Amino acid sequence: MSKENGVIYRISGPVVTAVGISPRMYEVVRVGDEGLMGEVIELHGDQSVIQVYEETSGIKPGEPVIRTGQTLSVQLGPGLLTQIYDGIQRPLPKLEETMGVFITRGVDADGLDLKRKWEFNAVAKKGDDVSSGQVIGKVQETETIEHRVMVPPNVSGKVKSIKSGTFNITETVCVLDDGTEIAMMQEWPVRHPRPFVQKYAPDVPLITGQRILDFLFPLAKGGTAGIPGPFGSGKTVTQQQLAKWSDAQIVVYIGCGERGNEMTEVLDEFPHLIDPNTNKPLMNRTVMIANTSNMPVAAREASVYTGITIAEYFRDMGYNVALMADSTSRWAEAMREISSRLEEMPGEEGYPAYLSSRLAEFYERAGRVETLSGSDGSVSVIGAVSPPGGDISEPVSQGTLRIVKVFWGLDAGLARQRHFPAINWLNSYSLYPQALDQWYRDNIAPDFPEVRTEISTLLQIESELQEIVQLVGSDALPVDQQLTLEVARMIREFFLQQNAFHDVDTFSDLDLQYHMAKAILSFQEEAKKAIAGGAQLEDVVNVPARTDLMRGRFEKGYEDRISDLVSEMSKQIDASMEAN
Amino acid sequence: MSGKEYRTITDVKGPLVFLNKTEPVSYGEIVQLMLSDGSIKNGQVLDTSDDQVIVQVFEGTASVDRQTGVKFLGDVFKLPVSKGLIGRILDGAGRPRDGGPDIVADEMADIIGAAINPYSRQSPESFIQTGISAIDACTSLVRGQKLPIFSASGLPHNDIALQIARQAKLVDSDDDFVVVFCAMGITAEEYNFFVHDLERTGALENSALFVNLADDPAVERLITPRLALTAAEYLAFEHDYHVLVIYTDMTNYCESLRQIGAAREEVPGRRGYPGYMYTDLAMLYERAGLVKGKKGSITQFPILTMPGDDITHPIPDLSGYITEGQIVISRELHQKGIYPPINVLPSLSRLMNAGIGDGKTREDHKSVSDQLYAAYAQGRELRGLVAIVGEDALNERDLQLLKFADIFEDQFLRQSRDEDRSISEGTLDLAWNLLSNIDTKYLVRLDQKWIDKYHPTEKSSNEEE
Ligand SMILES: Nc1ncnc2c1ncn2[C@@H]1O[C@H](COP(=O)(O)OP(=O)(O)OP(=O)(O)O)[C@@H](O)[C@H]1O
Ligand SMILES: [Mg+2]
Repeated sequence: MSKENGVIYRISGPVVTAVGISPRMYEVVRVGDEGLMGEVIELHGDQSVIQVYEETSGIKPGEPVIRTGQTLSVQLGPGLLTQIYDGIQRPLPKLEETMGVFITRGVDADGLDLKRKWEFNAVAKKGDDVSSGQVIGKVQETETIEHRVMVPPNVSGKVKSIKSGTFNITETVCVLDDGTEIAMMQEWPVRHPRPFVQKYAPDVPLITGQRILDFLFPLAKGGTAGIPGPFGSGKTVTQQQLAKWSDAQIVVYIGCGERGNEMTEVLDEFPHLIDPNTNKPLMNRTVMIANTSNMPVAAREASVYTGITIAEYFRDMGYNVALMADSTSRWAEAMREISSRLEEMPGEEGYPAYLSSRLAEFYERAGRVETLSGSDGSVSVIGAVSPPGGDISEPVSQGTLRIVKVFWGLDAGLARQRHFPAINWLNSYSLYPQALDQWYRDNIAPDFPEVRTEISTLLQIESELQEIVQLVGSDALPVDQQLTLEVARMIREFFLQQNAFHDVDTFSDLDLQYHMAKAILSFQEEAKKAIAGGAQLEDVVNVPARTDLMRGRFEKGYEDRISDLVSEMSKQIDASMEAN
Repeated sequence: MSGKEYRTITDVKGPLVFLNKTEPVSYGEIVQLMLSDGSIKNGQVLDTSDDQVIVQVFEGTASVDRQTGVKFLGDVFKLPVSKGLIGRILDGAGRPRDGGPDIVADEMADIIGAAINPYSRQSPESFIQTGISAIDACTSLVRGQKLPIFSASGLPHNDIALQIARQAKLVDSDDDFVVVFCAMGITAEEYNFFVHDLERTGALENSALFVNLADDPAVERLITPRLALTAAEYLAFEHDYHVLVIYTDMTNYCESLRQIGAAREEVPGRRGYPGYMYTDLAMLYERAGLVKGKKGSITQFPILTMPGDDITHPIPDLSGYITEGQIVISRELHQKGIYPPINVLPSLSRLMNAGIGDGKTREDHKSVSDQLYAAYAQGRELRGLVAIVGEDALNERDLQLLKFADIFEDQFLRQSRDEDRSISEGTLDLAWNLLSNIDTKYLVRLDQKWIDKYHPTEKSSNEEE
């Protein structure tokens, strides 16, 4: 294709209009004397409207616009893990090398290091029939993750030659009969979902180590969750907790229009945190996308697609991938800003009319699938939502809640009481428990679902009792109801509250979660007996062993001691009856 | 630099001027308008095409007519920067306001400011002691943080900002702060208050002031903070200064933003503010921080007054979504006569954990802070209950907590405007003294080891007696 050259007609913020070219929709173009990267987002008579991924000040009408013939794509291959990218897959460390600490413009950077050599181990053999998605070789990309090199989409044939050895990612490692050459790197246009054979219903939980999430509102591997909440309620901390402790094999973390320091924190912390599943630094399985609030909005719009495409790529290797997007509201706002520059007819609150379909398309890219190579892989998507004023009646929250299967509702009131994670247990929900219950019975405890129901029922009853307490005070309640309140308080303070910044409390495995829940129920049972036998509620509640049980969770080795602590508590409660 | 003057204005609308038949003009270019009376106004290109250019005029468009000459200066807005900015007072567009000479530029810096590469940032973690107990104990500030003051009209946010500016120090070094002060649409009286105080304490020589007052052009306010932050970046990252940027009042800034949006007939976001206000504010707030390989830092204290005392109003709301916490000033405490009337409950410092503890402030800091917070929160809640059911319905624990809330406000929050409390003896020891009014068995947030070490009457040494 001959390169057509056009010129800039108009510039309005991140949106540039060009004349003299007729590109395809979503084609990447180079804008202005500095060759800034942009993407065609509207064709309008002889005008092409372009969103530009870099700052546009100082650019003039009349400067050139050049077609590239490519659509916005990411480079996929060994070298993705541990990397941190901007919204259009430029490695931030590379940008630092060329630009210094401030991001200036007009600099291109490959998403992957094209020179670096990797040890490629062929698994396909000469004469094999291979088709797209099939794994033909392996590369130990990081200490813990094996990168599975796949036949690129739309390619198939008989292997003519394939060789193991040390190669860079553009060198040919495999040739097919028809002469097609395959290298370790492939490209994929970010706005298109990658293909798979079929979707399965998720039936395995994504275990996060966060008690309220795993126990009350679980997410399945391949599932979708939304976390809406006002500022300061814990969206980022929750997402980071998931990035740290969830039992996904690959984590893609997108900082979309949020703070720079939060990304720095992840960069500082992850190399030193040990993954409880592999005992190796968490960084090994992580890819980060950071397009902070002050970086160009068009690249923010793209960041979400860049991230999910990378996630799908690892899914296609047969991995369980978890993707966090913080915050999808900033992504929606980027859409809104671009849309208003295009003078499109606005929908609700100025958002474009296609907002909800974009949200749906994005979450649709999650799922557990049979990959093209016949293995099982998943992408779980967890999106933070930042509703103005914390009011979730707004379009982004509503659009999200219509799609996602898990709702972790953060609550300003709880955050203000420093009850963390500030997830409201009364209005949050998960639609997965039914599909997952069998897994819990088989893998944790046969009565796991029943214990969960008991715990959530107690919380429900508490909220009803609280209404009465607000009017008359708790002393006016009968003693059994006062006990219920104490038990519910124990659920809240001992079980639901979990300090993300405490070395030990930050993570509880599912077994421990179950035992903690059982401990609460045995407190309830023992206390009931003791009170029936004449003990005072006050004495029962204040037995020192209960405090020990509750405080013990902050100490290492708690899982080994919890059953002793529970028996000691029972003994003391028993004794409180005799004391009377 | 092109010097051609155009007289092709077609439309004037609010602060915007529309003209056509120009040479190609760049986006963001600065513009001069020559009025028939010989006066000059300044502006900036907001939209540019072959057919039409839209200019936002900082001084407003009064007296602009179709004969007004328009010159494009061939460059985006730049501020002359040098160390000579320190000790100077400039107006809202960066011109001397103190009668002094023009700034001799070492460099012309683009005021939009490029984004710091997130990979190049360094995590803020050095505690700044403000000497104000409520802040130091409960919402600790660290160097490189952006921590706004959410206030409302008639509250003493200026006193608090000044007290912080006066007292702020690092506990582990004696590097001083340079203050960059940015006024946006505040009254002359407020401004004089700031200047006098800075003069009185000798801080003025260590400050750079950018001043747009209430009767200065409203649109100019959109560039004033950018000038201030450009100066701050230069001082911090070229000359290793630790810069404290105080800007007030962000609410006026946002009003100007809304005015431009309305004049452009943009589809408004919530309550008439532009849909891009989040991004626009982020372009200011994110200019705080520390970067690798540079010694200096930028710490930001934006002050904003919440319209109608409403924290969900878009101005505080969008700010809160960007900044690293907030200090909330309470009308209720102010009316009780408490200074500084900081309500610690909705206040938050998100970087606090990184800046406190052993080796930074004191090992018990986190515990004490959590306990103060919990006890005060419960005490305040009980006030509500007592109003309905009376004190008789309270048990011993509740009575103690109720009383604690009063003591906390009266002795911990309350301090005088020049009282500079040190973190250890001044603030944390005071906290322990006040907490000792509550039985230790109710102080569940305090680790036993800290009780043994710091509790005034339960210290291990006391037990031995
Ligand atoms: N699980 C937790 N454990 C302890 N503290 C928490 C937890 N979750 C949140 N916090 C506290 O709440 C603060 C705010 O949390 P976070 O930054 O996640 O809020 P956010 O919802 O992402 O806000 P924003 O929308 O402004 O980004 C944290 O700095 C921390 O102090
Ligand atoms: Mg956040």
